[in-house]
Amino acid sequence: MVIDDLNAIAEKERAARKKTVVRCCMAAGCMSSDAVGVKKNLEQAVKEAGLENEVEVRGVGCMKLCCEGPLVGVDPKGALFEKVTPEDARELIATLKGGKTKLKQGDLNAPFFKKQLSIVLANSGEIDPERIEAYIAAEGYQALHHVLREMTPKEVVESMVKSGLRGRGGAGFPTGIKWGTVAKTQSPQKYVICNADEGDPGAFMDRSVLESDPHSVLEGMAIAAYAVGANQGFIYCRAEYPLAIKRLQNAIKQAKALGLLGSGIFESPFNFSIDIRIGAGAFVCGEETALMASVEGKRGTPRPRPPFPAESGLFGCPTLLNNVETFANVPPIYRKGAEWFAAIGTEKSKGTKVFALAGKINNTGLIEVPMGTPLRQIVEEMGGGAPDGRKIKAVQTGGPSGGCIPSQHLDTPVDYESLGRLGSIMGSGGMIVMDDSTKMVDVARFFMEFCMDESCGKCIPCRAGTVQMLHLLEIILARKATARDLAKLEELCDMVRNTSLCGLGQTAPNPTMSTLRFFRNEYEELLQPDEFGPHGNGEAKKTELAKK
Amino acid sequence: MEHASGDKRFKILEAHMKKHQYRHDALIEILHKAQELFGYLEDDLLLFVAYRLKLPASRVYGVATFYHFFTLKPQGKHTCVVCMGTACYVKGGDKVLAAVEEKAKIKAGETTPDNQVSLLTARCIGACGIAPAVVYDGTVTPRQTPETAVAQLKGWMSNGH
Repeated sequence: MVIDDLNAIAEKERAARKKTVVRCCMAAGCMSSDAVGVKKNLEQAVKEAGLENEVEVRGVGCMKLCCEGPLVGVDPKGALFEKVTPEDARELIATLKGGKTKLKQGDLNAPFFKKQLSIVLANSGEIDPERIEAYIAAEGYQALHHVLREMTPKEVVESMVKSGLRGRGGAGFPTGIKWGTVAKTQSPQKYVICNADEGDPGAFMDRSVLESDPHSVLEGMAIAAYAVGANQGFIYCRAEYPLAIKRLQNAIKQAKALGLLGSGIFESPFNFSIDIRIGAGAFVCGEETALMASVEGKRGTPRPRPPFPAESGLFGCPTLLNNVETFANVPPIYRKGAEWFAAIGTEKSKGTKVFALAGKINNTGLIEVPMGTPLRQIVEEMGGGAPDGRKIKAVQTGGPSGGCIPSQHLDTPVDYESLGRLGSIMGSGGMIVMDDSTKMVDVARFFMEFCMDESCGKCIPCRAGTVQMLHLLEIILARKATARDLAKLEELCDMVRNTSLCGLGQTAPNPTMSTLRFFRNEYEELLQPDEFGPHGNGEAKKTELAKK
Repeated sequence: MEHASGDKRFKILEAHMKKHQYRHDALIEILHKAQELFGYLEDDLLLFVAYRLKLPASRVYGVATFYHFFTLKPQGKHTCVVCMGTACYVKGGDKVLAAVEEKAKIKAGETTPDNQVSLLTARCIGACGIAPAVVYDGTVTPRQTPETAVAQLKGWMSNGH
């Protein structure tokens, strides 16, 4: 494969395009509402109408507005049909010839779409994720060619530093610095791992990227591998995402067949192959050292750092670990330049971030916005606010490691630092909206139960602490606790946060602490007066009094 | 080597192990395959894997019990997985689960005595846009209510109640 072959494939793909394209969302959300049936009937209807030469029915990735699925888009007319059923197919195709329709149509000029800036999701909902030709026609693998033929690994790392990209997995470590550290470490064997173990409940950005544009992740990994000097990559994907795994396997197979993975890529001395490792349902495996243990086929328990994975990671070799969205950002950065990327976003947080909007909100789905976009714009303008005329009470970001941002702070710009100051984290991008019917103590209990269940059991603060904190939250909810119990809970939160081994334990108290910070009254309303102590159990004292 | 029982599935599993060159780091992949073939991982099966990979049985058992995805007990004919991710939870996934538990008279993680239905919960299946979601026999079904879930279950239960 040389650049001319790549361009020839792109040319051929573009030439084969038909006048009208009917795009059918084939991501997991819409698939569960029979998108497969919709696509089949659309193809049938096109045939019946004799439009085969003019109209292409194309299965594409996520079209973002998941709550209205299955979605069907029509180009170049720019129509978006919502909640399409297989029976609607004929009527939908008839509109191509000017037919009238009563099918539900979405407004592509609504803020939900207009305020988005797509870098990671640029191909999502546009190209067929199961065909490498479609990705190549969308300038795919051009960045890899540019990097391999025209840049030294050192320049690649420098360029990444300049772009200012920070890890999209949650903590926001500068990607360029991470690449530089792995590149500097001397070793005959290095690895690149893509963390696709999207464990945060309520987050589905990485699933959508993998289902909608798997090649962008593969290309990003290959560029990273060239920069750090690795020749083997792993994608660690959770078993709950069967469709993403299938599309990844398919993508790897296609890339190998075209020589875009394997040995001597683009006739350079660079070799790189990628294997998929499937997780088995353990939240802690999103933590980097636990993830590497799992790739090695062991129990996914974390280990102390240092040594950091950049020095001693998978099988004891230097390892670069980034998440799906980070890798998906890589090809556009080298295609359009680090300066272009650095111009988007805020001073310390560059580029865009993909969020999964869900919960009590009118428009649920995927959004990609520049860093620094105010939360209010995301949930009220784009998300359309809470349904049934209710008010938004809080927005939960960062899953079980994050916190709840109350409505009075909705004007906070979304970037790593601002969210950190509010006691939450950017996290991987799950954004759960809660309305005024949500009880915050119950939310804290929900996340604490999650952390207790998912604690791997290696270190005591997390293993025993989460159990005790959950117990305290439960007695508070059962109105059997006093102010002393609340004080104990706060003390325990602090202890677990400061003494746990890995991120899971260190952040497990976050949801409780942030709800305590902003919704303390909800906890206090549930407390019993202190005289019912000393066990903090009002009921016991009451029965004692009754006996007398 | 053939397994003493003469069960063909062991042969398939053996081929899968060979494909992975009996590498220790492929243990999770192999357990996935074993569970796919047998439905669950019984002790005999775990010992077979341990023996063939030349790993201590404790290591194989340790991995099998660590991950939620592996089950050491047989599953029912049908499975009902209620998503309990945050989005599904705030939209009433807990009520769906409670209704199903009441109908099937089992708790999450259990199987009905007649082996018809296994009830499980998931941490998040990533289908938050269509919450609350339930997976019936591998098919993700959107926007469930206690009523729709119970209706689905009715068809599965052997006594029809």
